[in-house]
Amino acid sequence: MKTPIYLDYSATTPCDPRVVERMLPFFTDTFGNAASRSHAFGWTAEAAVDEARKQVAQLIGAHPKEILWTSGSTEANNLAIKGAAEMYAKKGNHIITTATEHKAVVDTVKHLETQGHRVTWLPVDGKGHIDLQELEAAITDETILVTLMTANNETGLVHPIAKIGEICKRKGTLFHTDATQAPGRIELDVEAQNVDLMSISAHKMYGPKGIGALYVRRRNPRVRLTAQIDGGGHERGMRSGTLNVTGIVGMGQAARLAREEMATEIPKLAALRDRLEQRVLAALPDAVINGDPASRLPTLTNISFPYVEGESLIMGVKELAVSSGSACTSASLEPSYVLKALGLNDELAHSSIRFSLGRFSTEEEVDFAADRIVAEVTRLREMSPLWEMVQEGVDLSKVKWTVH
Amino acid sequence: MAYSDKVLDHYQNPRNVGSLDKDDPNVGTGVVGAPECGDVMKLQIQVDNDGKISDAKFKTYGCGSAIASSSLATEWLKGATVDSAAEIKNTQIVEELSLPPVKIHCSVLAEDAIKAAIDDWRAKNGTAKDDAAPPANESKTGESKTGQTTS
Repeated sequence: MKTPIYLDYSATTPCDPRVVERMLPFFTDTFGNAASRSHAFGWTAEAAVDEARKQVAQLIGAHPKEILWTSGSTEANNLAIKGAAEMYAKKGNHIITTATEHKAVVDTVKHLETQGHRVTWLPVDGKGHIDLQELEAAITDETILVTLMTANNETGLVHPIAKIGEICKRKGTLFHTDATQAPGRIELDVEAQNVDLMSISAHKMYGPKGIGALYVRRRNPRVRLTAQIDGGGHERGMRSGTLNVTGIVGMGQAARLAREEMATEIPKLAALRDRLEQRVLAALPDAVINGDPASRLPTLTNISFPYVEGESLIMGVKELAVSSGSACTSASLEPSYVLKALGLNDELAHSSIRFSLGRFSTEEEVDFAADRIVAEVTRLREMSPLWEMVQEGVDLSKVKWTVH
Repeated sequence: MAYSDKVLDHYQNPRNVGSLDKDDPNVGTGVVGAPECGDVMKLQIQVDNDGKISDAKFKTYGCGSAIASSSLATEWLKGATVDSAAEIKNTQIVEELSLPPVKIHCSVLAEDAIKAAIDDWRAKNGTAKDDAAPPANESKTGESKTGQTTS
């Protein structure tokens, strides 16, 4: 077993070797510009792009013409939200979202807010769910877009996308979902789920970084977006720029593998995730699972460890590549805004760790990870004044701390 | 973030982790920080009859730099006189551990913890400085201890 052990598949995934294999010729032999209509180099590239478009479309139940290539989910989110806001400005200026979205959505919406758009930030409950009635009540004639993620990147919470899509359709507003965390992990079907715009990214599903896609509904209703990058009019005029053929081919292959292997891969990964969780909880019964165990990604668990601090815990488990809910390491000293929106106190938010498993995770790795976490939490607790106080029967919430 | 070798050493092999009897009149206890800020330090000193610190212990909830700062503080406290311990400055800790700017607050907390422990010991032993009357000291260092009483 090689360390460090990678348990951060929700941050990014390695390329599947079968993806790389498919991509390689497109760097050298078949390097044409897919927009070159006058020679075979261009035709070959265009054919490869069309094939990939079909593969990505199949993964989410779309028509190939509804797939628009972007540099990744961040760009797809920007294009969907800003492009819709601009295109439908005459209809209204109201957007609905939540505070637990990824920054690529939160900051894009905040940007529009500064430009005069009205934004409803739906609250979430302790697990991260929005209230569907509240969503429905928030939609007015002025509402041009509801943007809610499919699955949360920190807690893995899966929103009831089909129900949200149904509400949006009935109320006549567009529905965009940032599905970055979802492909290959949960079923996606833009028709059944009534999604109008969907952002996805290759590097979360064993494809390369720097390539993603935006699904843009073509019928019932036909969604139009104002381009945010102008130029040669590629991608139906909505996203100019020479296509990243190599990346696109890789994303297509990754989508194909995700679709074909999901049925066997996901039960295996869910079992491994449960094994990790059970092993940790058996030794540390007061650890807290964040999010909603009844509705979450099968590959992810986010656990808070009371009485120890997150950054020191991460530091102590160098053999594990995991994410901390505390952003201390990025020098901002702020606990996760997602966990705080769920109502977690700063202390628990600081001490949370996200484990995300993937295609190459093994039982041996998961057991090792669980044991390392348990050992380190135990060591840090021995060093923790909070743990000592709790053992003495002190109610930490009643202590008057010297806040600095 | 890259930690200095000294921070890593203190984090992996913290010195003087533990607790002294906080009800012992020769023991001074300082608890500073708050869980919601991500760090709480408890630092204790045991003072012998001639005003020398014979033992020091700490427990810290916090990042690696906070653990290292308090671990280092206990090393410096042991064998020092109370008066010289009171002179320890956070900048010395920053220098010794090569703390980056974002971690300077850890050293400030360690200095506060030292001062709180000394104030607590002085309050217990009636040797409080004139400008800091015992009740005022109590309210500063005794806060968390008061709160600690089991309900």
